[in-house]
Amino acid sequence: MTVFVIRRLLQAAVVVLLMSMIVFFGVNVVGDPVDMLVSPDADQAEIARVIRDFGLDRPMYEQYWYFLKGAASGDLGNSFIFGQPALKLILHHMPATLELAFTALLMAIILGIPLGLYAGLYPDRGSSKAIMAGSIFGFSLPTFWVGLMLIMIFAVWLGWLPATGRGDTATFLGIEASLFTRDGLSHLMLPALNLALLKISLVIRLTRAGAREAIQQDYIKFARAKGLSTGRIVFVHLMKNIMIPVVTVLGLEFGSLIAFSVVTETIFAWPGMGKLLIEAILQLDRPIVVAYLMIIVLLFVVINLVVDILYSLLDPRVRLGEQGA
Amino acid sequence: MTATLSVTGLHTHFFTRAGVVKAVDGVDFDVAPGEVMGLVGESGSGKSITGFSIMGLIDEPGKIVSGSIRLKGEELVGASEEAMRALRGNRVAMIFQDPMMTLNPVLRVDTQMVEAIRAHEKVSKRDALARSRDALGMVGIPAPEERLRAYPHQLSGGMRQRVAIAIAFLNEPDLIIADEPTTALDVTIQSQIIHEAQSLCKRTGTALIWITHDLAVVAGIADRIAVMYAGRIVEAGGIDAVIDTPLHPYTVGLLGSVPTSNRRGERLTQIPGMPPNVLNLPEGCTFRERCPRATAECRHEPAITEPRAGQAVRCFHPHGGGA
Amino acid sequence: MTDTAAAPVVKVQSPFRRFASEFFESWIARVALLTLLTIIFLALAAPWITPQNPYDLGQVDVLDGRLPPGEEAFAGYTMWLGSDGAGRDLYSAILYGLRISLAVGVASGGIALVIGSLIGLFAAYAGGRVETLIMRLVDLQLSFPAALTALILVAILGKGIDKIIIALVLVQWAYYARTVRGSALVERRKEYIEAATCLGLSHGRIVMRHIMPNCLAPLIVVGTVQTAHAIALEATLSFLGVGLPQTEPSLGVLIANGYEYMLSGRYWISVFPGLALLLTIVSINLVGDRLRDVLNPRLSR
Repeated sequence: MTVFVIRRLLQAAVVVLLMSMIVFFGVNVVGDPVDMLVSPDADQAEIARVIRDFGLDRPMYEQYWYFLKGAASGDLGNSFIFGQPALKLILHHMPATLELAFTALLMAIILGIPLGLYAGLYPDRGSSKAIMAGSIFGFSLPTFWVGLMLIMIFAVWLGWLPATGRGDTATFLGIEASLFTRDGLSHLMLPALNLALLKISLVIRLTRAGAREAIQQDYIKFARAKGLSTGRIVFVHLMKNIMIPVVTVLGLEFGSLIAFSVVTETIFAWPGMGKLLIEAILQLDRPIVVAYLMIIVLLFVVINLVVDILYSLLDPRVRLGEQGA
Repeated sequence: MTATLSVTGLHTHFFTRAGVVKAVDGVDFDVAPGEVMGLVGESGSGKSITGFSIMGLIDEPGKIVSGSIRLKGEELVGASEEAMRALRGNRVAMIFQDPMMTLNPVLRVDTQMVEAIRAHEKVSKRDALARSRDALGMVGIPAPEERLRAYPHQLSGGMRQRVAIAIAFLNEPDLIIADEPTTALDVTIQSQIIHEAQSLCKRTGTALIWITHDLAVVAGIADRIAVMYAGRIVEAGGIDAVIDTPLHPYTVGLLGSVPTSNRRGERLTQIPGMPPNVLNLPEGCTFRERCPRATAECRHEPAITEPRAGQAVRCFHPHGGGA
Repeated sequence: MTDTAAAPVVKVQSPFRRFASEFFESWIARVALLTLLTIIFLALAAPWITPQNPYDLGQVDVLDGRLPPGEEAFAGYTMWLGSDGAGRDLYSAILYGLRISLAVGVASGGIALVIGSLIGLFAAYAGGRVETLIMRLVDLQLSFPAALTALILVAILGKGIDKIIIALVLVQWAYYARTVRGSALVERRKEYIEAATCLGLSHGRIVMRHIMPNCLAPLIVVGTVQTAHAIALEATLSFLGVGLPQTEPSLGVLIANGYEYMLSGRYWISVFPGLALLLTIVSINLVGDRLRDVLNPRLSR
């Protein structure tokens, strides 16, 4: 098992390095960096100074080397707009994004799995068909539009929940999150729901497909032949088999949740990484874009690793290092 | 002495889009306590469906349309689902064909055995584990402790089937239905398992219905045999009688196609034609289109006759009987 | 003495007929297809059926701005869906916007389809290291959320309709490549390909005449769903402000323009374009879903 983890860590490191190269050269090669650094009416002296200060006259690979050195020590350049270290800015905003993504994931699981299970076990009922039709809506609707609708309905018309911003935070077990305060929760509800809606459909469809396939398997018939109760069959035999693909996909989708939070954060003015990124893009603040990408890549790699480990824990057939009898 | 199982007039039909499939079309038989009965037929003859009907595991679009199935006098057809659930695995158990697929691959062996016990009895986990261990030993599995903690994919095919058999015997049922349990196994393992099952049944007094397409398999262990064709039993009787002096032309054909050592060098006979289309069964005797002895009379449905004591047949022109 | 039963005469339907009749069995699919065709028709006919060309500045009067639905404009026609901040009739703006949204979505989808399929076919046919390399690239691309990739691409490439299309194509090609390679792989292993090779048919001919037709079914399904994605993605990007510019306003741009009016109650400026977008995407998805059910051999009962 440890060999497996080490091997994956090494693979992950390679991927991160590769991505850093792509990111760096991509962002630098396309478009003239100088234009992004100075105002349009800067004079020659200003431009020359900027080039020298930021090392833009050095050959590309030398720039990349400085970039790597800086990255290793946590310095990814300073934001043009805010004047602060880009990495620090991103990390400062990360908890808000993670909190949002995590809550959305929880919502998707809590709502999606029971619905999907029901639709899979009783596919011919009208309510099941309604669930499936609804799920199509779930992933068809563009996230931003759903967000707008949510704000309009719940914040403007009904006035139940606040429209924008993050609520108060409290610390619990060393983690500071707005999950733990009532005000925080009320602010978290809409954006998390918005983010979750997309994934809920996915979870419903996955769970239903898994249930439909699993229920036809012989081992389910055998379990019935043993006289086991329906509850036990569904929640022990069925679930464990369905969980494998669901967990895998969900884990991978967590990454996309973080990415999609860009949209949700913009609409709901949620102070996370995504909102920072959009502002950075619109104002051409390159270091922030780079820092964001690096962090995302790192997150993805970690998530992939965790999902792999989870998968091998859930499916005993895949466990490495075990000898067959 | 009441029969352990008494099946009368069983009709199990499947209502599909393409039409009605009469998988089981009038089956009657009894199984005495401790008796081993072989249910023989080709694929599609309805033998497996008969087994599932007894267990009450017929799902949509199938239905037991009519008939009676009595387990030690208790009527199973029309019983509530809860009543059936209480019986399954408890007083009537089933062994399936492919042990890889019947054991849940993500659960350990002990989990799957213990749950079979605790579904019917209030027993502590420890006691259930002990009983499972003993059951594994009974079917001849060495080092049962280790095997209990293993996952199904870590065991060989023969071992897995032994586990399935052990599970069937766990709650000391009155009747065990084995649906082609050795078809998926190596030939060498097959005979081991067959004889183990037989001796287990003799020891515990459990009745056994052994469903198979292979006559040779049942010849060794069955006390009685019923031959099925296109949803009906065409011949039934004591094993020796049926094998030595078969009555129905289909039985004759089946026996003729089994290679045995005392017919070395002889050509194997083949039953001409193909099994009938289940949606479009011929009228009257369903075998007549492949039967060398068929006449115009066979367009009517033959009644069950007993040309010899203890041996019944459904045919107008049985061998050794009328013309 | 055997009796021959009369074999029932089986009527053979052409595959397309069978497919069409199965497709239309579902009333949802019928409604969806009808909606889709109506939308496409409306978009194509926009210049003839709208009272105003919202991009002709001569026709737009800011004094008409922010009128609620049903009011009359200065020029005399009724603005059934209201007007936006600059005085554009929303009904006209939506139809024109639909054209752009559909055009971008279909164009990027089509280009991505061609490029992706070629790459997928090539990978499947070439096999070996080449295939592995290409597929690794595909996997890498697919493991990244499309929205993010598109965002970054647009950030690098800049604004403009052509750059958006490029970004969308770059995001989508991998789906097509993977689908086509999957089907092509299955076909490649079949014996008739070996037979064709033995006969000395050129590679190109083998690929196009033999392998390609069998990849069409999954390709169609992926194509429909992906087009819907592309349209949604473009709308998202435009909404965020990094998509199409104001001179080529797709539905996403319209929605973005209306966002600021939402909180003050002038909902129509965002909601109606939003509904149009919704209807388009949902109907495409429903059609694609039905196509998948009908074309998928494993699900046939």
